Amino acid sequence: MDEILEILEKDGRASVEDIAKMTRKKPDEVKKAIKKYEKEGAILKYKAVINKDLIKDNESEVRALIEVNIVPQKDLGFDKIAERIYSFPEVSSCYLISGTFDLLVVVEGKNLNTVSSFVAEKLSCLENVRGTTTHFLLKKYKEDGVILKHKLNKNERIAISY
Amino acid sequence: MKMEISRVVEKMQPSGIRAFFDLVLGMKEVISLGVGEPDFVTPWQIREAGIYSLEQGFTCYTSNKGLYKLRLGIHRYLKNKFHLDYCPDEEILITVGVSEGLDLVLRAIINPGDKILVPQPSYVSYGPITELAGGTPVYIDTSKDGFKITPKLLEKHIDKKTKAIVLNYPTNPTGVSYRRKELEEINKILLKHKVLCISDEVYGDLTYDFQHTAFPTLPKAKNNTVYFNGFSKAYAMTGWRVGFACGPKEIIAAMTKIHQYTIMCVSITSQMAAAEALISGKRSIEQMKREYNCRRQLMTVELNSLGLKCSRPAGAFYMFPSIKSTGLSSMEFSRKLLEEEKVAVVPGTAFGACGEGYIRISYASSFENLKEALVRMKRFLEKSR
Repeated sequence: MDEILEILEKDGRASVEDIAKMTRKKPDEVKKAIKKYEKEGAILKYKAVINKDLIKDNESEVRALIEVNIVPQKDLGFDKIAERIYSFPEVSSCYLISGTFDLLVVVEGKNLNTVSSFVAEKLSCLENVRGTTTHFLLKKYKEDGVILKHKLNKNERIAISY
Repeated sequence: MKMEISRVVEKMQPSGIRAFFDLVLGMKEVISLGVGEPDFVTPWQIREAGIYSLEQGFTCYTSNKGLYKLRLGIHRYLKNKFHLDYCPDEEILITVGVSEGLDLVLRAIINPGDKILVPQPSYVSYGPITELAGGTPVYIDTSKDGFKITPKLLEKHIDKKTKAIVLNYPTNPTGVSYRRKELEEINKILLKHKVLCISDEVYGDLTYDFQHTAFPTLPKAKNNTVYFNGFSKAYAMTGWRVGFACGPKEIIAAMTKIHQYTIMCVSITSQMAAAEALISGKRSIEQMKREYNCRRQLMTVELNSLGLKCSRPAGAFYMFPSIKSTGLSSMEFSRKLLEEEKVAVVPGTAFGACGEGYIRISYASSFENLKEALVRMKRFLEKSR
């Protein structure tokens, strides 16, 4: 992967100037490359990774992973059925996977009720959905490579050494 | 009664550096660019192997030479990486970091009066351990030659008493390294004068701009070289204390003799972890290296733009910028920078008298720390001009 993307993947706020210095490129070159990646859709968006457990408002969210079994239908590939599912705004992620079921759908809602009613009233009723198994998420330990602990034990190095 | 201390030990360098170090250690909230070890924690799969070995009850001594599994791993690593063939039974010894290995080799080869060449600026231990072993260190000032030992410098310092040279590349503190051609020239001279090469290549895996050349891969060099490497730097395993020495079997046997009486063996937990590092650590070291590389590029641009001249280092995680433009000595500069802006660096003189006018900066520190340190250094330099 291009160094520019590697740097941005770790730190979406890295400035063009710093990236240029780190990669020995001209700032203009870096700017152009980033614009290009954004246009092509290689860079989709920039966002902060938030540890929602630490946010104390009452809008906490419930998350569920739902295994969905699909009836394969002629002339209607998985993609089409997946599209009908992932288009619901409640769905935050949707993957086609191998194994005992077909789609893994991640659903977010305000509370248990909203999620279960989405499953009961929307998802299960779809024509090609044969069955679902819902797993509610109890605790997040690590997400997208980030360990969600607010206080990591810090092992301080000796401030000066050869 | 006052206990008389060994005269050799009495003479060993404590100097002003120690006082400066104590000053740093006693101060809070310092941003330290003075650290000689990675800012990464050992990759998890390696730590896990250490933990698992404890669970399994591996808590005993190992063979003096080190776990066979680890020696075999090192044999394979050198074979794959450099086409070097060291016999795991007779030509590889596991040591407590490269530090122990260097002490062993010097004690194993030195007879009274033997001279050991030490190009400077250099890592701090080479001279003192030479003296402890009864040898005489001969320091070679490389500051006029871009901090590299040249064939000319080398010829100038070799005489009949010269037993060995301690080479270290990529170099701590300068970050300088050598291309194959340069090493070939050095090797020719060493062979001609029958001077043993003690090659400390612990930073070898952290070479950025070109392929690292292991000294024993040079023509006819293998029988005239003791090669040192370890896990501390590239695998971020400083606290585990594992290094290794590879060389002609007579020298390794002599080193093993001392090792078995003084150390017995390296901690088995550490050896188990190191064996795992060779199996699954490659990806992690590549990742860390890429990170160091980004910081290296950034720091080169930034330090030069602050007026602290330095060339782009080829390896390790050090820069050795000149502070001559400030008119301060290395020690004054470091002390003032610490007191006024709470940024710690190591005065160049810690690495030999010829380090005067320079400081060592380690970029084994987070990007945020480096940025903040640069802001403070800029402020410091503007004030002092």
